[in-house]
Amino acid sequence: MIEQRVALMVDEVFQPTRCESRFITGSEAVKEAIQRSNITMAIAYPITPQSESMHLVGDLYAEGYIPDYFRGESEFAVMGQVAGAAMGGVRVFTATGGPGTLRAFEMFPCWAGMRLPIVCCFFTRGVNSPLSIQPDTIEMAFLLDTGIIMLHAEGAQDLYDFTLRAFAIAEQTDVHIPVGVFADGFFVTHTREMVTVGPPDVKLPPYDPHRSPVPAMDMEGVPVRHMRDPFVMKSNFISYAAHASWQQEILAAVERSRKYVHEYLGGLLETENEEADILIMAAGTAVSQSREAIQLARAQGIDVGLVKIKCLRPFPTEEIQHLARRARAIVVPEFNRVGWLAREIKSVVEDNSRVVGAPRVFGGMTMPSEMILAQLQACVPATR
Amino acid sequence: MTKQIFRIAPGFEEIMPEEYRELVTDGPYDRSVGVADLGTFKELLEEHPLCAGCGLALSLRLFLASLPAPADTVVVGSTGCSAIAFPQVGLHNIHGLFGNQNAIASGLKRALKLRFPDRPKDVVVVAGDGATADIGLEMVMHSWFRAENIATVMLDNEAYANTGGQESGMSPRGAVLNMAPTGKKFEKVAMPEIARESGCAYVAVTSPANARRFEKAIRRAILVARDVGPTYVQVFCPCPTNFKFRPDETLGVIRKREKEGVFQYREYITPEAQQYLAASEGEKR
Repeated sequence: MIEQRVALMVDEVFQPTRCESRFITGSEAVKEAIQRSNITMAIAYPITPQSESMHLVGDLYAEGYIPDYFRGESEFAVMGQVAGAAMGGVRVFTATGGPGTLRAFEMFPCWAGMRLPIVCCFFTRGVNSPLSIQPDTIEMAFLLDTGIIMLHAEGAQDLYDFTLRAFAIAEQTDVHIPVGVFADGFFVTHTREMVTVGPPDVKLPPYDPHRSPVPAMDMEGVPVRHMRDPFVMKSNFISYAAHASWQQEILAAVERSRKYVHEYLGGLLETENEEADILIMAAGTAVSQSREAIQLARAQGIDVGLVKIKCLRPFPTEEIQHLARRARAIVVPEFNRVGWLAREIKSVVEDNSRVVGAPRVFGGMTMPSEMILAQLQACVPATR
Repeated sequence: MTKQIFRIAPGFEEIMPEEYRELVTDGPYDRSVGVADLGTFKELLEEHPLCAGCGLALSLRLFLASLPAPADTVVVGSTGCSAIAFPQVGLHNIHGLFGNQNAIASGLKRALKLRFPDRPKDVVVVAGDGATADIGLEMVMHSWFRAENIATVMLDNEAYANTGGQESGMSPRGAVLNMAPTGKKFEKVAMPEIARESGCAYVAVTSPANARRFEKAIRRAILVARDVGPTYVQVFCPCPTNFKFRPDETLGVIRKREKEGVFQYREYITPEAQQYLAASEGEKR
C-alpha cells in the first residue's frame, strides 16, 4: 500500500502538479478515482457491466485504502446500506447499472430527500426483456427526476475526473445531495484509453459530517427526527406544505450545484465550433461517435459544431438555449430507444422542429459514425 | 457534543402543546429509567396516531423505557404502524423504506463503529411483521449472516395493519384477512428459529403482557448486539382494529394465546452471549 497524504486543498487532487498517463479501462479509472477519494466505506453488489469496478474497489480495501467494504445482498439493500453509512457521517461509494439500478430505484429519490452526499457510478445497460447485458442508456431516462445530480462521462478520462470531483460537488453544504456518475456500459467500462491521473499518494480531505445541512445520525447532537408529525400520513395543509417545501428544497439544492459543476467540471457542457449551422448535441459515448462523424462531415464540406453535455441534472437549459439560438439544425444521436436527451433538448429550445432526435441505436448495437453523418447530410438543405 | 434533548425556543413554550413540553422536560432521554418508572416520565406523546388499545403502541412505550442508553441509541424503523408513532418520541430515529431497515442499520452501525470505535452507539431496528418477515426478510437475514452488531425487534401484530389489515407472513394459519379472503394458507413464519439458525446470539419471544420480561429481553438484545453479535426479539402485540376485538381486550388476547400454547415466551442465548450477560448482569448487581 502506498502511504497517502491528505491534500490540504482539493485542487491538489483535482489539478495535481504531478500527473501520469495510464492505458486503462473505465473500470480501472474508477479504481484510480476511488484510491484518491479518501472514502470510508464501499458496498458492492454484482451486476454486469459494473462488477469489475467494484472488484477493483474491493482490491483497494484489501490493500488498506478503504476502512470497510462488503458485498450486500441486493441492489436495494446496498442502496439502503450506503444510505445508512452516509447518515452515520462517512464518505461512501457504490456502483450499479441496468437492472440493478431499477431494482434499487426506490432509494434514489430517498437519497436526495435525505440529503445524502453519496457518489454512485451507474454503468448503463439494457433493462428490458428479453434479457440483455448490452449497452443502452435507457435507465438514465428513468433517473432524470429522482432529485440526484447526474453527470455523464464520455470515456474513461471523464469517468476518473467526474467520479473524483463528484465528491466535492455532493458534499457542499448548500448542495449535499447524491451525485450519479453515468458511463455507457462496456463502451467505457471494458475498453482502454490513455487516462491522465494524479499522484496516488495524495487523497481528498476527509468528509466533514458537520458541514451537512441535515445533522448526521451519530447521536452526538440532539435527536434528529427525519420525519416529524406533519410529514406522516396526515391529510391536512401543514402536511402538504411540509412535503412540498421539502421537495422544493431538493430541487433548489440541485440548482445550487450549478456553480460547483462549473468550478469542478469546467461547466455543464463543452462546445467545439459552436457557431456552426448544424450542431450535434450529445452525451456519453455518443459524443465520441459524433467526433468521428464531424471529421467525415468536414471532409464533405459540411460545417458542424459539437455540444458535449456533461451534466444532465441540473440541465444546462440556458446554455443550450443560447447555443441553439442561431443553429439551423440540432442533431441528437443517442444510445437508447426513447430518445430522452432529444426530448430534454426539445423541451427547452425555441422552434424545436429544428431538433433531430436521431440516430438512435439500442439493444447493444454500436453507432457507426456514418449513421450520424447521414443525419447531418439530411440537415444540409435546411442550412441553405 | 451535547446530550441535551431539543429545547423549545424561548418565547414559544406557552404555545407548544403541553405533552410536547413534557416530552422535552420529562423525557427519558439521557436518563436511566425502566418500565417500573413508566408514568413518571414522558416517553411517547399521547396524541400518537396509533389506534386505541394497540398492542404495538403499548410495546413501543415499554421499549422506550427499556433502552439501556437512549441518548446513544438510534432506532431504524420501516414503513408500518410503528413508523407513524416514531415521530412522537424524543429519540434519534430513521425511517428508511419498507423492508430495508436492516440494510440501513447495517451501514449506519458500521459507520458509527468506524467513527466512534471506543464508544457504544446502539443501533436498534424496530419494524413490523410485514417489514421483517416478508418484504424485508432478505435484508433481515443477511444482516444476521453478516453478524452485524444490531438488535432487531419485530412488532408482530400478525398483519399489515397500517395498510388496512392484509395477511402477512406472521398472520396465524386460517386467519381471514384482506388478501386472505378464505383464510391464510400457511403457518406463521418461524422467525425465532430462522434468527437462531442465521447467527443471532440472542433471540427472545415476548409480549407487552409481562412488562418485566419484555424489558429484560429488550435490554439483553441491545447489550448482546453491542458486544457479541446480532440479536432478535419478537414481540407479540396483537391488533384490535384488524382482528376485531375490543381495545381493552389486547392483553387478554395475549394471555389467552399464551394459555393455549400458541404464543410462548422463550429465549435462546448462545454460550458466548450467556457468558457476556452473566458478567454484565452480575456487574449491575
